[in-house]
Amino acid sequence: MNDAKPLFEYLLRLADSDLLLAQRLGEWVGHGPVLEEDIATTNVGLDLLGQSRLWFAYAGEVEARCNGTGRSEDELAFLRDAGEFRNLMLTEQPNGNYADTMARQFYFDAWHELLLRGLTASTDARIAEIAAKALKEVRYHIERSADWVIRLGDGTEESHRRMQAAVDGLWMYTGEMFEVDAIELALIDAGIACDARTLAAPWRERVRAIFADATLDLPTGTWMQGSGGRGGKQGVHTEHIGPMLAQMQWLQRAYPGAQW
Amino acid sequence: MSREWPLWEIFIRSQHGLAHKHVGSLHAPDAEMAIKNARDVYTRRNEGVSIWAVKSSDIVASSPGEKEPMFEPASSKVYRHPTFFPMPDEVKHI
Repeated sequence: MNDAKPLFEYLLRLADSDLLLAQRLGEWVGHGPVLEEDIATTNVGLDLLGQSRLWFAYAGEVEARCNGTGRSEDELAFLRDAGEFRNLMLTEQPNGNYADTMARQFYFDAWHELLLRGLTASTDARIAEIAAKALKEVRYHIERSADWVIRLGDGTEESHRRMQAAVDGLWMYTGEMFEVDAIELALIDAGIACDARTLAAPWRERVRAIFADATLDLPTGTWMQGSGGRGGKQGVHTEHIGPMLAQMQWLQRAYPGAQW
Repeated sequence: MSREWPLWEIFIRSQHGLAHKHVGSLHAPDAEMAIKNARDVYTRRNEGVSIWAVKSSDIVASSPGEKEPMFEPASSKVYRHPTFFPMPDEVKHI
């Protein structure tokens, strides 16, 4: 199985972005602006957590094919350090205010939907199945986050100002979503991975259309974090991931093997 | 002007053929958001196939103070209930 290693890496990329964004959204539990939003946002987080579990489970099986033994979902989620995480930097960015959270969510959802759509055509049947299942959830996520971007952007003077600041501030983390490296290129050739480069144009069009409705200016910055193969997918992260993992992993670290 | 979002009453139909049933209320800025919030608050455990949202202020309710004139005249008219027919044992669920 000489394609097992890149496949394992690719599955970690999918799983880790879902997991870290789920963890971020989970931080809103009990702190949402209104009860209904609290439930809705953490619902999205739970969806993403569920998706990450499916990717982790498959990653563990692929690892076992490759090494003889594979790690469990829990081991992959709770016993790796920051440098071993393969999530997009966008997903580890702090929640900030509600506009920041919704901007991060919208950028991610718009990309996620396109990616999963692409993956439903994967030659790897397992990937295609997981993508088809996840896509149903993500189609709702994008509806919600786009709706909030429009509401806050085209809301009051204050909400507009905050939403514009949020989309501007996170813009530099969006470039990484459309980059591919040697690991992905090999899998793209095999028809297993989705070519992220092809998602850039439709993503930009979606963002442009929603921002137009939201009366927001599309950011113009061209410098992107994590470009040139030195980003989250390669294990290079922003300073925010450390404290986040400490919070997420401390229980398994303090009480190894603890069961719920 | 109130800064609170208006209250909505939520009705959910659990399966085709059944009627929508009142399940509770929630706050939302408009109808579209009320449906989305209802989806997240009331259908997380696979409860429904259809949602109605109605502004609480649009519901016209009978007044509890008028209970007597509203309902008492019916309670003394036992003949309106089909209780004077012998029912065969084989007939169930009446």
